[in-house]
Amino acid sequence: MIHASSNEQPLWQHHSAKQTLLRWLGWFWLVAITVVSWQVMNENTIWAFVSDAPEQAVDIGSRMFPPAWGYISNLWEPLWDTINIATLGTLLGIIFAIPVAFLAATNTTPSTRFVRPVALLVIVASRSINSLIWALLLVAIIGPGLLAGIVAIGLRSIGFIAKLLYEAIEEIDESQVEAVRATGASGVQVIDYAIVPQILPAFWGISVFRWDINIRESTILGLVGAGGLGIQLNASLSTLAWNQVAMIFVVILGTVVISEWVSARVREAVL
Amino acid sequence: MLKLDNVSKTYKTGDKALHNVCLEVSAGQVVGLIGPSGAGKSTLIRCINRLVEPTQGSITLGSTDLTKLNRRDLRQARRRIGMIFQEYALVERLTVMENVLSGRLGYVPTWRSWFRKFSPEDIALAHSLLDNVGLADHYNKRADALSGGQRQRVGIARALEQNPELLLVDEPTASLDPKTSRQIMRLIRAACQERNLPAIINIHDVMLAQQFSDRIIGLRAGKVVFDGSPEALSDEVLTTIYGDEDWTQLRADATPTQNEATAVLDLAEGV
Repeated sequence: MIHASSNEQPLWQHHSAKQTLLRWLGWFWLVAITVVSWQVMNENTIWAFVSDAPEQAVDIGSRMFPPAWGYISNLWEPLWDTINIATLGTLLGIIFAIPVAFLAATNTTPSTRFVRPVALLVIVASRSINSLIWALLLVAIIGPGLLAGIVAIGLRSIGFIAKLLYEAIEEIDESQVEAVRATGASGVQVIDYAIVPQILPAFWGISVFRWDINIRESTILGLVGAGGLGIQLNASLSTLAWNQVAMIFVVILGTVVISEWVSARVREAVL
Repeated sequence: MLKLDNVSKTYKTGDKALHNVCLEVSAGQVVGLIGPSGAGKSTLIRCINRLVEPTQGSITLGSTDLTKLNRRDLRQARRRIGMIFQEYALVERLTVMENVLSGRLGYVPTWRSWFRKFSPEDIALAHSLLDNVGLADHYNKRADALSGGQRQRVGIARALEQNPELLLVDEPTASLDPKTSRQIMRLIRAACQERNLPAIINIHDVMLAQQFSDRIIGLRAGKVVFDGSPEALSDEVLTTIYGDEDWTQLRADATPTQNEATAVLDLAEGV
């Protein structure tokens, strides 16, 4: 905004009067919502429970310690199941996500009017439902066990991988595509020679990142009967065997640390 | 050889990029296309291989009307037209050899190109072209490991790998230093002379255009305003193409250093 000031120099301000007002309103709402939320939260809190929270935490903590180290012999098999659920689920997700991503990216979709919205709907549907809820549904449909877990992880992964992949496809350098097209290459050849090389690092990064997330998610799928460590966790929790629970936590922590390390190494290698 | 008849292009935004362009290029003729930014130079050469669809007019290469072709026939026609790009437009993450071989994509079935199974003749041609442009030892390097001048040499090899009947060259020297620019222009010029290959070269640098073309076409606001020999490019003509400027002063500043270097000598310098 330019205002003429007394010495005829245009006055420069970062924000116009309207912007300043909007910013103040924004801050006002933030404070107001915080105050209201605090009141709502307190209404439903039973303070008697909160007041002895430290003692409860110490109590459970002491029951957890030391973890039941011997219990590990019961955990190897569910751990193997968990890793399989995550890995096969990720693969399943990748297989479906790749075509969806190409259909969703504005520069590769056959039709922005009809095909793209469908692909975007698939992505949103997959992403909006948590793995645990997918698993709950699938256990009801195909019965408890590993398969339900794998399909649940796969369905949730489609949206995640497809979304990040189609964004990578949209960010490619179009001049390389133009150059390959100008040689008389077919559509598939253009994808193979001009698009795939450009998105390959992103593809590996996204896939390994999702696998890493899926390892963590598949540890809890057993809670609803979809196989893996979660089944064991559920059993130990319901028998109040806190030292076994602690042991399961240790195993989960170890697995996640290893998967983080693997995904970091893979991402390093492809970039 | 190549004939443009009444070619016009109006973009969806309503910008009229080309107005009834008529021109003919005979075999072996190197045409320098000059004009201010936005005059329609890039649009003109992209209309020829239909990376941009002309709105009106006909473009004939040999006996083929390029504007009437369906997708399949267009791909076959594009094989006959080599293109060299501004900023090289190499696929950065592929090797030099794959980039050069991509010039054969129009001739190779998709499954063969997917497995990089090119015929021995194609590979031999690629090797000899890389040798011609002085990159014989670089065939296994990734394109992004090369310098700007080297990349444009790969771009030239890719275009020649098509064994084209026509060369379209879009600002080949826009991002290169003056010396490398001249070397690249010499290479393109030599390739055209060897093969009796016609070329249309978009170029900003009037001095380079004059030195390396057989004929100059001046474009202003989508219209051909000059068509003649490089010698006929007087100050008055430059003013009709670009608008008022002190051309004598500009020529004096440029002082074309008339070194009689050949393409072979450049390669010996290893640039």
